[in-house]
Amino acid sequence: MTAMSTAPRAAMKIGRAESLLRVRELGIGIAIVIVFGLTTLKNPAFAHALSVQQLLTGASLIALLAVGETLVIITRNVDLSVGSVLGFSAYIVGDVFVHHPHTPPIVGFMVGIVVGAVFGAINGLITTFMRVPSLVVTLATLYIIRGLDAMVVNGKQIDPSSVPKAFQIVGNRTIFGVPWLAIIVAVVVAITGYAMRSFRASRDIYAIGSNPEAAALAGVPIGKRVFTAFLISGSLAGLAGALFLSEVATVDATGGTGYELLVVAAVVVGGVAIFGGSGTVLGAALGALLLNTINQSLGALKLSSFWDQAVAGGLLLAAIAFDRGLGLRIAKRMKSARGEHRVV
Amino acid sequence: MTDAAPGAPAPSALLVLDKAAKSFGAVKALVDGSITLYPGEAHALLGENGAGKSTLVKILAGVHQLDGGVLTIDGEPVTLSGPAASRAAGVSIIYQEPTLFPDLTVAENIFMGRQPIGRGRRIDKGAMVRAAREVFARLGVELNPGRLARGLSVADQQIVEIAKAISFNAHVIVMDEPTAALTSVEVARLFDVVRTLRAQGSAVLFITHRLEEAFAICQRVTIMRDGAFVRTAPIDEVTVDSIIRSMVGRDLDQLFPKTVTAPGEVVLEVSRLTREGVFTDVSFTVRRGEIVALAGLVGAGRSEVARAIFGIDRRDAGQVLVHGRALPNGSPKAAMAVGVALVPEDRRQQGLVMALAIDQNVSLASLSSLEKFGLIRRASERALAAEWAVKLQLRYSRLRNSASTLSGGNQQKLVLGKWLARHPSVLLIDEPTRGIDVGTKAEVHRLLDQLVADGVAVLMISSELPEVLGMADRVLVLREGRLVAELSRSEADEATIMRAATGQTVGSAA
Repeated sequence: MTAMSTAPRAAMKIGRAESLLRVRELGIGIAIVIVFGLTTLKNPAFAHALSVQQLLTGASLIALLAVGETLVIITRNVDLSVGSVLGFSAYIVGDVFVHHPHTPPIVGFMVGIVVGAVFGAINGLITTFMRVPSLVVTLATLYIIRGLDAMVVNGKQIDPSSVPKAFQIVGNRTIFGVPWLAIIVAVVVAITGYAMRSFRASRDIYAIGSNPEAAALAGVPIGKRVFTAFLISGSLAGLAGALFLSEVATVDATGGTGYELLVVAAVVVGGVAIFGGSGTVLGAALGALLLNTINQSLGALKLSSFWDQAVAGGLLLAAIAFDRGLGLRIAKRMKSARGEHRVV
Repeated sequence: MTDAAPGAPAPSALLVLDKAAKSFGAVKALVDGSITLYPGEAHALLGENGAGKSTLVKILAGVHQLDGGVLTIDGEPVTLSGPAASRAAGVSIIYQEPTLFPDLTVAENIFMGRQPIGRGRRIDKGAMVRAAREVFARLGVELNPGRLARGLSVADQQIVEIAKAISFNAHVIVMDEPTAALTSVEVARLFDVVRTLRAQGSAVLFITHRLEEAFAICQRVTIMRDGAFVRTAPIDEVTVDSIIRSMVGRDLDQLFPKTVTAPGEVVLEVSRLTREGVFTDVSFTVRRGEIVALAGLVGAGRSEVARAIFGIDRRDAGQVLVHGRALPNGSPKAAMAVGVALVPEDRRQQGLVMALAIDQNVSLASLSSLEKFGLIRRASERALAAEWAVKLQLRYSRLRNSASTLSGGNQQKLVLGKWLARHPSVLLIDEPTRGIDVGTKAEVHRLLDQLVADGVAVLMISSELPEVLGMADRVLVLREGRLVAELSRSEADEATIMRAATGQTVGSAA
């Protein structure tokens, strides 16, 4: 028993850093519950199962993109091309079904992931090899991919009739009342979240964002890790494109337009530091859920959609102010904890 | 003591660098870098800025490759192709300002990329923390491996770096000016760690500008000048004077060229200045032609008093009078208008715009006098800078090069020049010679002396007691935000100041 009593104390100390981060996720969770609760008070229909399912499905694609975006932002980069990649991938998957109507659904999803992976790799290669800031690289690919999309689509669109019913299950059905979409996103968040906590490579990703020079000195393969982050972000955007098609069964050249800013907003609201180094994929996914909950609750309260954007902007500022305040408080506490006046 | 070093036969040497040469284009940074390190010794490497110390360190770090000369480690000639090769050879460098990952824990910082892994290649956090604890125990320091690196003091950051070095099994540890940003307590702890390292058979190469530290901790010294080896000697065979002579190649007649003058009328009067929780009830005067030193422990509120006088921080109570007229609260502009200048402590962060040209930095505080129709005349800016470059004996290649191209000592002179170009009547100067070499130090001191002779009132904050004692006409001591002593030049000595600053009998720090 005596040996037992020392071990948990050590574990507790180690946990403190993480618990700070966890508290943040708890905070977002609480915010979601509060928004949900208040809205339900005003409009009881908001708590209806159908409405809750809508909350989840509506947040799913943004949450999925936010997972990949989180990895990229933690490395002090940003991927602005995710919306365009989603749109392009959705159209290509649809096009596959148009030309080969009997393609199995799983192949459709694979095609989406591969399309996304290609663009992710391009973003990653340009950023790491040519050392162009990712903000510029992905801003460029945002437009280039959208342009390619327009060329390929050429004014046409995918009709619901050409998308196999089996492929549409994932986007529209539920399993024990939980939407398939939400389950897929939850699985991706769980796997990525676990990996980000447990492996050397994921520590490298945090290290790169935390202090790039020190990471280089410590022998972290920066290029490889940043490339991987972009590859994952692209792949998830590709998967999101396939899911988008599965959900709405129709897509033209504008699918996913403007998603990139929603995604970055969700990531930041979710507690990922915009200049890298800290944050979790769970937080980012919850950030997406919070933004969508607010969006839908404003609808349920019959408020103008202007408020949606204003509230989202306010939340962003609040999240950043919160981080800044937290950082300053920690720094102050650590200073006073040292306490001692030092000799000249 | 286990002084294996002096006179020991060469075969036992851990590291021998012989006639190392390194050029960058036409600039010969190192022509004859030679040093021998034995196990269990702390070895001081001394020299002025530009003597080639940094280049030598970077060669040992694997950052620069040798153009000529031989490096031998453990009796084997080696070529260090990069930082990884240097680390593999057992050499570890502790920089003045370590670069840690602020968002990761101390243990993760130590074991970055080498975390102990358990089942399924997952990081074994328990094992990692235990290993970190073990390293700290070996160093004899207490640091929580589980806390984030963000907010660690510079001293603790260095300890983390040293722990990292130990965990790599480094046996040659190079410390590049580790004490520049440390307080005496922290320096004492660092010295304990150095002793522990020596006892474990490592060699420590210790680079410093503070000669007293070399005497306190090192067994041998190597002195360099102009990129070349001058001599290596056991520490008890050299004196401060002989070291300085070797470093500068000539006698420094006086380190502190203080001319004692009769001060004139009161220029700056501070009365009952208070900032809640920082300092309380601080009153003093500075007269024309006088240097008043503000001494005290780091954290006693010295820089904060200067900031409040200048108006960067607001004061909660009290008054600041310049030439008998009260300054408005919180207005640096008003302070500048009546001739107050503040030369801050951290010149990189607060004193210079590193990316701007040298001449643009000089004119930065005098732009209003250079303007014509709201435009800045480049020619007069250039002329002003040229004038001050001469007065300051600034060493530069071109005035339109960026300030970052200057050495540390010359950057400090540039900050001084920027404010002196305004012809201030009150100069607040914070740590005027921190981290600059002996020669430049003397030049800065001579400059201050010149200013005072010209009738400027100087308030100097300094953590270096020799500087305080050498330069000040009066010494004010702050303790925990309160003025606890005012000493005249004749009353002030190290013991009195330290007693006042600590509020007790002086311990044997450092």
